[in-house]
Amino acid sequence: MATAQKKLKKELTINLGPQHPSTHGVLRLVLDLDGETVVKCTPHVGYLHRGTEKLGENSTYLSAMPLMDRLDYVSSMTNDVAYCLAVERLFGIMAPERAQYIRTIVSEMTRISSHILWLGTHALDIGAMTVFLYSFREREWILDLFEMLCGARLTVSYPRIGGVRNDVSQEFIDSLYKFTAEFPARILEYETLIDQNRIWLQRTKGIGVISAEEAINWGLSGPTLRGSGVTYDIRKHFPYDAYDKVDFDVPVGQHGDVYDRYRCRMEEMRQSIRIIRQCLEKLPRGPVMAPDAPKLTLPAKEKVLADMESMIHHFVLITKGPMTGQSGEVYSAIEAPKGELGIYFVSDGTGKPYRMRLRSPSFVHVSALPRLSEGALVADVIANIGSVDVVLGECDR
Amino acid sequence: MNIIETMIYPILYPDTIIGVVAVILVKIALVLGVTMLHVAYATYFERKVIGHMQVRMGPMRVGYHGLLQPIADGIKLFFKEDLIPAAADRTVFQLAPIVMLFAAMSSLAVIPFFDGFIIADINVGLLYLLAMSSLGAYGLVMAGWASNSKYSFLGGLRSSSQIISYEIAVGLSLVGVMIMSSSLNPKEIVLAQQQHWYGMYLFPQFLGYFIFMVGAFAETNRTPFDLPEAETELVAGYFVEYSGMRFSLFFVAEYVGMIVMSAIAVTCFWGGWSIPPIFIKVIPPLAAVPGIIWFVLKIYIHVFLFYWVRATLPRYRYDHLMALGWKVLIPLALLNIVVTAIIKFMN
Repeated sequence: MATAQKKLKKELTINLGPQHPSTHGVLRLVLDLDGETVVKCTPHVGYLHRGTEKLGENSTYLSAMPLMDRLDYVSSMTNDVAYCLAVERLFGIMAPERAQYIRTIVSEMTRISSHILWLGTHALDIGAMTVFLYSFREREWILDLFEMLCGARLTVSYPRIGGVRNDVSQEFIDSLYKFTAEFPARILEYETLIDQNRIWLQRTKGIGVISAEEAINWGLSGPTLRGSGVTYDIRKHFPYDAYDKVDFDVPVGQHGDVYDRYRCRMEEMRQSIRIIRQCLEKLPRGPVMAPDAPKLTLPAKEKVLADMESMIHHFVLITKGPMTGQSGEVYSAIEAPKGELGIYFVSDGTGKPYRMRLRSPSFVHVSALPRLSEGALVADVIANIGSVDVVLGECDR
Repeated sequence: MNIIETMIYPILYPDTIIGVVAVILVKIALVLGVTMLHVAYATYFERKVIGHMQVRMGPMRVGYHGLLQPIADGIKLFFKEDLIPAAADRTVFQLAPIVMLFAAMSSLAVIPFFDGFIIADINVGLLYLLAMSSLGAYGLVMAGWASNSKYSFLGGLRSSSQIISYEIAVGLSLVGVMIMSSSLNPKEIVLAQQQHWYGMYLFPQFLGYFIFMVGAFAETNRTPFDLPEAETELVAGYFVEYSGMRFSLFFVAEYVGMIVMSAIAVTCFWGGWSIPPIFIKVIPPLAAVPGIIWFVLKIYIHVFLFYWVRATLPRYRYDHLMALGWKVLIPLALLNIVVTAIIKFMN
């Protein structure tokens, strides 16, 4: 025989995704398995690529908002807040105080709803099915509140450059207050099911361990970073909106494993309730849109119909975007539920950004999956995907 | 002999071969028919129970409170296209669900449903039950192997190692019962339990019962040991490539397996069709209740336990599962045997 015997590959290569119940969207992982042990894990992203950055560069600052909703589609409110803050910083305006408080409230509501969804799917991945349905009950409640606030449930587009779209009603405040009163008991309900469960502990403790130093080097952020014991939270370190006016703690883990990341998020939900409470109590009176930036914010409809100047502003804003003539660049980041969501703008003074770049936490977290999963078992890969909390809409952009 | 004579022949002459065979056939038809109906409604029961545990309604649309849902599901699955992957080993692929269902259903033959009703009253009944539950593992392995898909292959591997490991524990857990009753015949075991005032081996054999139930969850691939099908890891594991009727056969086998495991537990630990004599002493009218009612009630308590656990617990990881089986359950089962034997010897 002339041909050399072909060396048999020892590993079994399996394709986890893009259609798979627990890859949280269209994540594709190519796993090389030796038995049940993962030898190599290669993430493939891009199945949900929609060219958001380029679309953003081709639409005016005002009209790119709906694109932001569809990044991390389970926390559209924080995406919008991030976008508005970036544009506001670029052009040097500030939202009025009441709007800042409202944005803080809706951001924290989004954090809760995103964490609830994460908890449900993460628990479902590990096999605890009931947590999933319990958590969806509360998520539904938050979505109903969003609907009451702005008419939309998922892709809200509620914040505006220079404020928010509409003021909150007393009815909304009352319902939200009721939610904050009841939700802590619901968190206890989830914890009853899994927090001290031996199987849950076995599946999460010591799994996907990443040290603080390594987590920073990988660029992890949000609860995924704080699970390793790093107290980095943009809300504390670079406060935006009303975060410097409220009192809250940043929960951190110690071991950097799946369990600590889980604990961090559970505590964050409690802190979010605290923040919402304080904001509701302190909510100042006043306008919800910056009145002093006519070139950036849409004038009121009544004014457009009655006032010549307003109509011209409205026309220009809609057709050409904010023609401020200011060129410059800005990087603005917020603490989204998943981590640091950063937006980088280069403006050439026209109504559209010259360059828009998104720094999405999910993309970075997906890149850390091989580090977390290699050497572990298949079941741990699933636990890791859940624990870094990725949403592919944001990862693939 | 005309037709009518042929039909009543077995009744007239029950001791002849034809008579015996006819009676057995009628019994088999009865048991299979009733069990299949229970299996169909066990799915409904499961969906309702878990639904209510998970703050939702469960099936509500087909019939009153979804009562016809199992029938609708059955019809749907029956008329679905039966796909066989091009790369699959056709014969084995087709055989696998049949093997599983066969193994599960033939276990019903030695289960004493009530006093005097048992299809095959053989004196190694318990051994036969264990053999049949092992046979079911072949179905899983065959399905996983023949599909020629990596996911089902992994599922098949997991299930073979899982079932082999746990059936040792299950087998050993029943040895205590065998020692106490000095019999392998399920009927004799039930009768032996009635000799005691407590009427159930559950109390002296609590350790054996615990090990048996844990093993039963693993043998039937139910949560928290549903690794072979682990829908969030292996999508559906060994039956990922199946569709239509063959797909549903796996489910039927799983549910029959669940009922069989519950029946073994009831027979060996819960006193079968009888209730503890002390109950009858306290409330004499209870003696008039037919045995089948107690039997079905006890089975449903166990089936409910299967559902309850599914709604509560997360899934084990493969290595933890093996560690639990080999390092905890088997030593405990051996301890149980030794202690039971010593006590029996002392008496």
